[in-house]
Amino acid sequence: MTPTTTETLSSHAGGLKLWLERYPFLPALIIVVALLALNGAFSPNSLGYRSLTGLLSTYMALIMLAIAQTYVVSAGDIDLSAGATLSLVNVAIVVLMEKWGGGAGAVVGAMLLGVLLGLVCGVINGIVVAALRLQAIVATFATSIFFTGVALYVMPVAGTPAPALFWRTYGGRLLGLPFVFYVLAALALLLFLLSRTRLVTQLLAVGDDQQAAYQTGLPVVLIRIKGYALCGLFSALAAFCLTGDTASGDPLVGGKMTLYSVAAVVLGGSALAGGWTTVVGSLLGALTIGLVNSLVFFMGTPSEWQNFVQGLAILFVLMAGVLAGRRARA
Amino acid sequence: MNVAISFLKKPLVIALLLIVALLYLGEGLSPGFASADQILRLLIVASLLGIVAAGQNVVILGGREGIDLSVGGVVSLSAIIAGNVMNGADGGILPAVLACLAAGAFFGLLNGLGVTLLRIPPLVMTLGMLGVLQGLLVVIRNGIPSGRAAPGLSAFVTQPLVLGIPGIIWLWIAVGLFMAFMLSRTVFGHRIYAIGSNEHAAYMAGVPVRRMRIGLFMISGMFAAVAGLCLLGYSGSSFANVGEQYMLSSIIAVVFGGTSLAGGKGGYTGTMAGALLLVILQGILTTVNIDESGRQMVFGATLLLLMLFYGRGRAMRA
Repeated sequence: MTPTTTETLSSHAGGLKLWLERYPFLPALIIVVALLALNGAFSPNSLGYRSLTGLLSTYMALIMLAIAQTYVVSAGDIDLSAGATLSLVNVAIVVLMEKWGGGAGAVVGAMLLGVLLGLVCGVINGIVVAALRLQAIVATFATSIFFTGVALYVMPVAGTPAPALFWRTYGGRLLGLPFVFYVLAALALLLFLLSRTRLVTQLLAVGDDQQAAYQTGLPVVLIRIKGYALCGLFSALAAFCLTGDTASGDPLVGGKMTLYSVAAVVLGGSALAGGWTTVVGSLLGALTIGLVNSLVFFMGTPSEWQNFVQGLAILFVLMAGVLAGRRARA
Repeated sequence: MNVAISFLKKPLVIALLLIVALLYLGEGLSPGFASADQILRLLIVASLLGIVAAGQNVVILGGREGIDLSVGGVVSLSAIIAGNVMNGADGGILPAVLACLAAGAFFGLLNGLGVTLLRIPPLVMTLGMLGVLQGLLVVIRNGIPSGRAAPGLSAFVTQPLVLGIPGIIWLWIAVGLFMAFMLSRTVFGHRIYAIGSNEHAAYMAGVPVRRMRIGLFMISGMFAAVAGLCLLGYSGSSFANVGEQYMLSSIIAVVFGGTSLAGGKGGYTGTMAGALLLVILQGILTTVNIDESGRQMVFGATLLLLMLFYGRGRAMRA
């Protein structure tokens, strides 16, 4: 009975709506494809295997950070310290890997501690926002200052190089394929596994209506803390990708990335108010930012105008993302 | 007793008590911190922040997750416009003021249109606008020199004007009186609270919600522009992204003033105290002899601690 009703009710526009409901990242995908086509039109080389791999390894850190942001946004929160967490993990693993000799053991050990550090940062944010009930925007801004301070303590000046083993692996090939492809595959698997957990559904429930979630018996505070912990975890993963790409430590590297991560989430079609998010969309949103930047370059924009055109283009796709996302939810 | 406790729980009172405590602490850590000269200097810096926070304040009061992340960009842009229009000549001050106000109002208008007509969340709209403004700054800076402040403007900001107090502090006091009057005595002010606490009810009561909201963003842009102009007078010439620091600190000043980010509740008097509190805290941290990392850690931790005194969210109840 139900399927028939849906069928009769859905006009042409309704069909589109169903599609959007099932695949909320579709508008973002269309934007990414369009940007790829434009990039190709201005510079056919930019669609080559090599340039696309390069784009992916440069923007993998932002992709991870955007996904990190998505989990807190799901619960209706925001994390302005994600970039600072990334910086902290970046300098911490670089210093540790150097201290432990830069061998395989050192790399693995430092990465494990990096993940732990990211989780700790996330839990601190969660406690501050959910348990102490401070307003997320200002509280995570305060923790971002604190994390930046710790990062500066670990490494006062940028420039300590990461061991060759680390960045050669990240930028190199494995069994004939670029290593970033394996990173992407691992990320896809991780996202798939996470999407089957109860936590992601609970985060969305909290983001949709916190009071209702509480009244159905969900431990709202704990769920929000877990959301922030997940954000910290992915910020740490973002730090790994960034370290692989830049091959060095920089205590202030992530500061500028925070707002881009928020933008990527919105570009992907998620609602900042929470309750409706898509990690695939955020991934595409981060790619959109990367593609806009390279398109502006390939179009031959004079260098002093590049930032302005990028800013304008991102503002327009942001608006498009919000409008398309609303259509899907309406 | 209860009266005393509720009095002590007022955000303004908390902020004032904290200000006095911090001044004592600063004086203890480095004698001369709370001298009249130093306090005047802190007040000058606080008035720059306070003027930006005035605009941020009305946008936040207007509710619907109102926030303006583009203020920092407008401050920088205004400083560079002012520097070029006046270019060191007193005769250029008035045109510079007008040009800055126009620029601030223009970008506020764009923000307001995006938020109301397209219904883009303010955070997203003003974040995108910030990117545009930063790009615009690069364009301008490549084309023309950054410009110099007129001596008259510098004197207004840094030299005593009346009763030994610099003009900018008088300006801040005037802004405070204007805001207090607007928020509590005018129809416009009451409507800000109305749309901030219940937009739908306000709409039903005949409040032109959209026009109001556009107006709030324009006010925010214009206050940021005034602050940018004064900042130019304070530093002599404008340099890269001078305004960036005001983006989040203006929001924190508003929160420390007891205005809820949810909108509809609060006022500007508290925000003034909040701005002063923030500036004194930063002042103490620069006088104390610790390295940058320690300073940031203490600053971040203290901000969190201070936030515990203000508008914490309500606990969940069934």
